[in-house]
Amino acid sequence: MTTPLLEIEDLYGGVAGKEIIKGFNLTINEGEVHAIMGPNGAGKSTLSNILCGKPEYYVSSGKITFKGKDLLKMSVEERAREGLFLSMQKPVEIPGVSITPFLKHALNSIRTYRGEKEMDTVEFVKLLREEGRKLNLGSDMLKRSINVGFSGGEAKRLETLQMAILRPDLAILDEADSGVDIDAMRIIGEGVNACRTDKTGLLVITHYQRLLNYIVPDYVHVYAGGKIVKTGNKDLAEELERTGYSEFVKEQA
Amino acid sequence: MTDAKNNIEITDESGDKYKYGFVTEIEADTVPLGLTSEIIRLISKKKGEPEWLLQKRLQAFEFWQNMHEPAWAKLSYDPIDYQSLSYYSAPKQKNAPKSLDEVDEKLLKTYEKLGIPLQEQKILAGVVAVDAVFDSVSVATTYQAQLKEKGIIFCSISEAVKAYPELVQKYLGSVVPYTDNFFACLNSAVFTDGTFVYIPKGVRCPMELSTYFRINSRNTGQFERTLIIADDDSYVSYLEGCTAPQRDENQLHAAIVEIVVMNNAEVKYSTVQNWYPGDKDGKGGVYNFVTKRAACRGINAKMSWTQVETGSAVTWKYPSCVLQGDNSHGEFYSVALTNNYQQADTGTKMIHIGKNTSSRIISKGISAGFSNQTYRGLVKVAQGAEKSRNYTRCDSLLIGSTCGSHTVPYIESRCKTAQLEHEATTSKISDEQLFYCRQRGISEEEAVSLIVNGFCKEVMQQLPMEFAIEAAKLINISLEGSVG
Repeated sequence: MTTPLLEIEDLYGGVAGKEIIKGFNLTINEGEVHAIMGPNGAGKSTLSNILCGKPEYYVSSGKITFKGKDLLKMSVEERAREGLFLSMQKPVEIPGVSITPFLKHALNSIRTYRGEKEMDTVEFVKLLREEGRKLNLGSDMLKRSINVGFSGGEAKRLETLQMAILRPDLAILDEADSGVDIDAMRIIGEGVNACRTDKTGLLVITHYQRLLNYIVPDYVHVYAGGKIVKTGNKDLAEELERTGYSEFVKEQA
Repeated sequence: MTDAKNNIEITDESGDKYKYGFVTEIEADTVPLGLTSEIIRLISKKKGEPEWLLQKRLQAFEFWQNMHEPAWAKLSYDPIDYQSLSYYSAPKQKNAPKSLDEVDEKLLKTYEKLGIPLQEQKILAGVVAVDAVFDSVSVATTYQAQLKEKGIIFCSISEAVKAYPELVQKYLGSVVPYTDNFFACLNSAVFTDGTFVYIPKGVRCPMELSTYFRINSRNTGQFERTLIIADDDSYVSYLEGCTAPQRDENQLHAAIVEIVVMNNAEVKYSTVQNWYPGDKDGKGGVYNFVTKRAACRGINAKMSWTQVETGSAVTWKYPSCVLQGDNSHGEFYSVALTNNYQQADTGTKMIHIGKNTSSRIISKGISAGFSNQTYRGLVKVAQGAEKSRNYTRCDSLLIGSTCGSHTVPYIESRCKTAQLEHEATTSKISDEQLFYCRQRGISEEEAVSLIVNGFCKEVMQQLPMEFAIEAAKLINISLEGSVG
């Protein structure tokens, strides 16, 4: 018996008056890993931004249901508190805000929303250090301001650390592999896998197959022209690595 | 009492974020409106002052009449009618209270509601001694006896005029002369009360000293005067807090703080200024024109100003250090937050005179709404101030696109060996940053407050701990409604 986590039905939308998503359909069930692959500029990030409710993005029609609730009716923070997490492609710097209090605040906002007890500082710091160690982020790093002066790999590991702390039901990894060397990619892959349960889902957005060696998808979708044009299993990713996206781009043109 | 209670409740129910906006209904002894030499004589008489002080006042008043209000600040406000104000208002008390037990209960209740317990056994017991100034007079000063054992004088300035005339006469006006500027001159003519502190040689003051200023009466200017003397090898940390009721008309506050720091002495002066800022349309609020200056007269003297400014409709304030003694050191740490239609022109002056003097300026300005803020600072190195150093950093943070932030640094150096550094940044809370925080489950308002608190952390750390927490809360309250 499969339980749907996220259902996207016939979605149209975009940004700044430009329609980018055109008739997008996708269902992610609990425990599943889906990969969306596509060429640069196909609008993969538009999809993740729409899912998270980023203000300048709009939906013109379609329906998105998350854990049985209408996702489009929720604010950005409500979606996050419901268990939606986005590992960002380009995490923004926030000077002066250090990681520890920020993440504690985030975790407790989510816990409060769910009617759970807030976590105290002692317990939180212990958890953060433990998870940080797994991702090779030492306590010196955890004292720094969010993403300020971080290398590409460090910023992506910090995104993964946040996922490990916040334990989302559905995580979207938006090019979690860009700007990341091979060792960091392995660490990120292991970190993401450690967060998985049979209740959680993953949506991996990438244009390379590499990351999928570490996070093995149940389904691979080819995304072009604003919708899914082909679906297969992990072998499709390897095939794409060899043949490229030209076939699909041409088809759309 | 019923009246006061009703008033307090009405303000609370309106849900207005300025929770100190209530009025205490207390019978007051107020002098007629206007400013003349007769009024000054009347105030002086009411206070039972010696002739020398009256003469000083009259001299200042004469000088003031030929002065003009300064117009160089980036501030715009309706002209102040100095003849339509009352220059003295004091709560009526049958007899002067001899101890805290005799202080009018309404006054004690007022301070309790402001979070300033005047009973010595309360929360801050043993940590902070308070001088409570209500309109024109000091109504209570705590821990005087305990401090006196160490030779520390902590009392209202009116009391000091009578009990320690030689100290007051020697130092009053020695750092800020009445000729200094328009508002300082006005204060010199009409000041009514304030705090006097003397720390004797070699004494480290065992507790925080503080003054809590409250403007209550309508149409009354508050002109307080603070004089702090730290003798050789002494140390004191001093804090002032200010609030005023919410009123539609503007209230005038023009204070002077003078500090004298002798050899190897150190004074830390912290301000949490929360005068009523006016409503969201810019109606009402306090006009805050303040002259604060410390003279580091001794060698190795150290002066540190920390200010958190969230209140007032108009702020004009430049706490300064005159570094006369060799090796003396001055610091200025400031967070100024303006929202709605508030205006602030604030900064500091560091005057290097002695050899090897150093100063440090860290200014953090946060503007939101339709507010305007200017950092104005002077670093001056006089001839002969060999090897003096200054480091200045001014950071501005803008929230939204309708506010303004300006930095006006003046640097004058007459000494080749001086080393001066100035850094300035302006940043904005970006939509990307807000989205990032919200995506992690943090609401927009909380995100703004996290970013703002991060921005001014360096300054907040300078405040005594009990007040740093209060100041952080105050900043969050003042930011409410600045986004969305």
